Amino acid sequence: MLSKIVRTVANQLILFVLVFGLYVIAHGHLTPGGGFQGGAVIVSGIVMLLVAFSSHELSKSVRERILSVMESIGAVIFVLLGFAGLGATFFYNFLAGSPIFGNIPPTGPNPGDFWTGGTIPPMNFAVGLKVVAGLCAVVLALALFTGGEEVEE
Amino acid sequence: MRKVAGLVSLLVLVAFLVAGALLLRPFGYPVPSDMDDYIIENAQEQTGNNNVVASVVFDYRGYDTLGEATILFTAVTGVLLLLRTEKRKEKSS
Amino acid sequence: MEYVPVNFPFLAAALLVGISFYIIIFKRNLIKLVMGIGMMASGVNLFLVALGYRAGGNAPIYTEVPEGPMVLSVPQALTLTSIVINVAVLALMLALVIQIYRHTGSLDSEKSRTMKG
Repeated sequence: MLSKIVRTVANQLILFVLVFGLYVIAHGHLTPGGGFQGGAVIVSGIVMLLVAFSSHELSKSVRERILSVMESIGAVIFVLLGFAGLGATFFYNFLAGSPIFGNIPPTGPNPGDFWTGGTIPPMNFAVGLKVVAGLCAVVLALALFTGGEEVEE
Repeated sequence: MRKVAGLVSLLVLVAFLVAGALLLRPFGYPVPSDMDDYIIENAQEQTGNNNVVASVVFDYRGYDTLGEATILFTAVTGVLLLLRTEKRKEKSS
Repeated sequence: MEYVPVNFPFLAAALLVGISFYIIIFKRNLIKLVMGIGMMASGVNLFLVALGYRAGGNAPIYTEVPEGPMVLSVPQALTLTSIVINVAVLALMLALVIQIYRHTGSLDSEKSRTMKG
């Protein structure tokens, strides 16, 4: 556990990292980004918390059962979105005309509209959930295994 | 003996790689690309979003993304299986 | 940067793969071997992205893009998948190295080579 200044600054900075990561995930169909990139940004913020506080403190507030449920929900939503358009083919874009996510942008360069994109924004959220839960579980397991035996404080 | 054989094979390999990199097509003029031209022209009206790379990853080739999500799930399961800490409670016999 | 006389990006990718071959053949520490394999993955990803460049092109995204041709978009999608798969394989390799250190007590690859009963 590091000194008091580092702990206070890490407590304030984690909010900005979470907001930036959610912006990269949510605007994946307008700017460069998407599910995998935004998930990696959020996990790097959690690693900053792991360094400032020790792994023993962090494992009290993040339990492994919640991470396992989050990862499974992300995978199931991704596969269900692929099966839902089974009228034409597998992974058919069935939302590309309906009022939920279905505006069609004009051809050529244009400032982007958020409510376009078909089935791609829900797929971005599912993949982002899966990446965050999986990589957070791996980082916590590596830190708890090697740091729990030698440190005696 | 082992070091000499390793050094000779390393020199042959690096010469092969550098010669192959210098004799490729000039940088900036790729092979005739018909599939990419079709995708860039028709991606905005068929899928309806501005990002062509995201529509290739999730719509035109969505099956590869499903396989990649399965690989991520399997690797996380394997790592959590290898690094398990067991708390053995002493049982009095 | 329209016409480069020597293909610099392909040369950089070939040098990265060559240096990682030197690391894998001649070094004995297990952590250095894992780092060499990660460097080879970076070299291959760089080669894959540099194959699809058009002279004077822009990024293939239609939100406020300047005039001109666009670069090819399919190699960039394949590189995204390749990066995620390399992260998964690297995490599994590091977990195996931790278990080897716990059972034999040293990080030398010569000492844990023969199978003992």
